Amino acid sequence: MTGKPGKPDIPGTTLFDGEMAQRGYALNKMCYSFNSAANREAFLRDEDAYCAQYGLNEAQRRAVRNRNVLELIAAGGNIYYLAKLAGIFRLDVQDLGAQQTGMTKDEFKAMLVAAGR
Amino acid sequence: MATMLGAVTSSHVPAIGGAIAKGMQQDPYFKPFFDGFPPVHAWLARAKPDVAVIFYNDHGLNFFLDKLPTFAVGAAPEYRNADEGWGIPTVRPFKGDPALSWHLIDALVADEFDITMCQEMLVDHALTLPMALLWPGGGEWPVRIVPIAMNHVQHPLPSLRRSWRLGQAVGRALEAWDEDARVVVLGTGGLSHQLDGRRAGFINKAFDAMCMDAIVDDPERLTRYSTHDLVREAGAQGTELMTWLAARGALTGRVSRIHSNYHIPISNTAAALMVLENHPQQAPQARAA
Repeated sequence: MTGKPGKPDIPGTTLFDGEMAQRGYALNKMCYSFNSAANREAFLRDEDAYCAQYGLNEAQRRAVRNRNVLELIAAGGNIYYLAKLAGIFRLDVQDLGAQQTGMTKDEFKAMLVAAGR
Repeated sequence: MATMLGAVTSSHVPAIGGAIAKGMQQDPYFKPFFDGFPPVHAWLARAKPDVAVIFYNDHGLNFFLDKLPTFAVGAAPEYRNADEGWGIPTVRPFKGDPALSWHLIDALVADEFDITMCQEMLVDHALTLPMALLWPGGGEWPVRIVPIAMNHVQHPLPSLRRSWRLGQAVGRALEAWDEDARVVVLGTGGLSHQLDGRRAGFINKAFDAMCMDAIVDDPERLTRYSTHDLVREAGAQGTELMTWLAARGALTGRVSRIHSNYHIPISNTAAALMVLENHPQQAPQARAA
């Protein structure tokens, strides 16, 4: 057995558990607000002000600025809420998958197709 | 008495909503998925359900981390979809069945499932897309619905064993429902997929095939997988299998597979569909005249 209780050792996978949910609360709360079109527009109008309003910490603010999914997850982001942030930039889950795996989107899509063979 | 017709289990990938909105059902990418549905339509036309009890998981439309129920039962006269942030069109509202909702709530709590009760509840793509797949074409939805949302956002998630038992409790409650209604249950989500982390894009065809066989004849085999086992085998979001186990648990009779379809990939997901018919156990002997 590796890892502490409740923290399974699964490669390339961060479980969104109580620890992550506490760490990411502000970031996820901001992303949850993007269910509203007016809030998405407010973010686009003034990203700094919008992030400040939700009290993002430095790591979270940097991860948002970098549009970097792995950093966002490390900062406590949950993928379902992050998808709403990504939607603002017209990125879908295959764009996110490609970025996280270091592939081009076409390579990532080809990997998925290959999984079906 | 209510009649339990069976279960339909289906993936609910948001890209399906985009494809429906753009009329891309016959596009080569989507065709192998949408071509799975005509046999479901034929079965529904024969089964003629009045009401659908739907096990699904909210992805941050109705619930946030401030108050996140493990299991939540809708008790609203109407359920609406809303903007989820990434732009699939919303669908027309669904009629609820508050009498059935409260019957289920009473029965579940009596059965020691301390669920959350919701008189207002937005329903997200995990509910709306399977509904649109089962009953395409617009107009009034032909069934009333009772949504049962399961926590699939924040660990600890309900285990497969607990989800299975929740389904069994719902099945017992439906069996005892004193209404002449025809009921179908839906389980939405899965199968294997992972959206987040360096393992994004993970899919496990062999594991999915095992699940689709086991859920017909040996569903309790699946309840032996812990949540962590399931993440390892099916991907971080493959744990949506919980909704399938709950739907299967609600079938109290003998179960046969009417139809299934499986296609990799739709978006990042192994997209799967099953129709399981419920054959009620022998009715009690008719009373002597």
